Amino acid sequence: MQEMASLFAQTFLDTLFDVMPLIIVLALFQFLVLRGPLIETFRVMRGFIYVILGLVLFLMGLREAIFPLGEVMARQLTDPEFIYGTADYLVRATHWQDYGWVYIFAFAIGVSTTLAEPALIAIGMKAEQVSGGAINAWGLRMAVAIGVAVGVTIGCYRIVTGTDLWLYIIAAYVIVIIQTQLSPRMIIPLAYDSGGVTTSTVTVPLLAALGLGLASSIPGRSPLIDGFGLIAFASVFPIISVLAYAQISERLEKRSRLEKEG
Amino acid sequence: MLGTLRDAFGPLVEAARDIAAILVVIAFFQIIVLQQPFPDLGKMVVGMSLVLLGLAFFVRGLEIGLFPVGDAMAHAFVRKGSAFWLLLFAFALGFCTTVAEPALIAVAGKAAEAAAQDGMIQAGHEAMQDYALGLRLTVALSVGCAIVLGVLRIIFNWPLHWCMMTGYVLVVATTYIAPHEIIGIAYDSGGVTTSTITVPMVTALGIGLASSIRGRNPVLDGFGLIAFASLLPILFVMVYGIWVTA
Repeated sequence: MQEMASLFAQTFLDTLFDVMPLIIVLALFQFLVLRGPLIETFRVMRGFIYVILGLVLFLMGLREAIFPLGEVMARQLTDPEFIYGTADYLVRATHWQDYGWVYIFAFAIGVSTTLAEPALIAIGMKAEQVSGGAINAWGLRMAVAIGVAVGVTIGCYRIVTGTDLWLYIIAAYVIVIIQTQLSPRMIIPLAYDSGGVTTSTVTVPLLAALGLGLASSIPGRSPLIDGFGLIAFASVFPIISVLAYAQISERLEKRSRLEKEG
Repeated sequence: MLGTLRDAFGPLVEAARDIAAILVVIAFFQIIVLQQPFPDLGKMVVGMSLVLLGLAFFVRGLEIGLFPVGDAMAHAFVRKGSAFWLLLFAFALGFCTTVAEPALIAVAGKAAEAAAQDGMIQAGHEAMQDYALGLRLTVALSVGCAIVLGVLRIIFNWPLHWCMMTGYVLVVATTYIAPHEIIGIAYDSGGVTTSTITVPMVTALGIGLASSIRGRNPVLDGFGLIAFASLLPILFVMVYGIWVTA
């Protein structure tokens, strides 16, 4: 019980420290520059308290239940003893095929943590609201989650094979540019935004553990160059998947319209 | 009474749907792949309930607090008609929320450690702290500039994809001349800058601006601020890397 209380206090302070700058900036500009009365002050304050309280409970729960287990898992799955069934791995060359479970874990963690990412929930809510329901929040988030999962899986493959990060990122950018020309215009800003929101509270700690575990268990990989970089994959690939989602739904819509007419 | 109940349980049910996938993944790998027992089931249950409650509160708070404020402030800035204050606000919003961001502090610390190990900077405590602080200020500056650019884009109606492509070309060109060690960190810093609390605020600001300036479409012009905030840090951090090693 006491342990919980101290965890709550610690998380509360962390979150407050995180939110304070935002509140100060908002308050300064609201009262000194805009000088108008705040709309529904009481309701808004309750909203901010909910947001802070929500983040505190959310983070506490993650730190209690998910992070320790996820990090241990990432370590165990990248452990040579698990992969080769022996600790004596230095004698063997690294084959990318040996890391099957790592890829599957990376994919699964990518999908599941992205679906729980609060910032993405916020974007989904806003997108559905301003598009008048034309963009479905859950569909958008699913598309982003699949993008993150594919990106992280390819990122793990990259760490295992030790190829250059920038080759992949540039290839991904080229795909994004081509897709941008072919996609419905309405989705483009949202797609580019979703690249940035995917990686925060839930996803980053687990991905970092996976990347660093992988880089330090494979001989010849440097945690500095290879361990970082998974997050980069998780930020580019959702752009591709959201654009693809829009392209596919547009095509399906066109086809059903044609069928109705024909 | 029934309304309050629905208000309380609706978000909880949605939150349950949001975190169900994590539970399935963890259970599958723990039991079937790694074949290990759950370390502490009681702790898991308590933790998951906290996550559930937390998400429900967060979403409700967004609806009644963050979103309306972002919207109202955007409208107020447009009514005031002063581009200077709007841009200053945009910069402050980006800079201040990033410089104290815990995820960034953690990444900067780790990056400094790794840079010292690889001999990119001196191994002393002071050199590492300088490097980490420099990295943080660079990223915060870049996010501030990014929000300003994003707001300018909404005002002048530049097409987002041209801005992004210009950014990509610059990033690719800088990657060629940046020191090898900084590249991974630079690409990652684009992802860690936009925190859970900044994203809803910045999004609400963008959509508020787009819906209060005549001739702008909220969907087409309101989104895109986060895109700038994830691209610019990559560029700025690589330039910082060039500057540190030069």
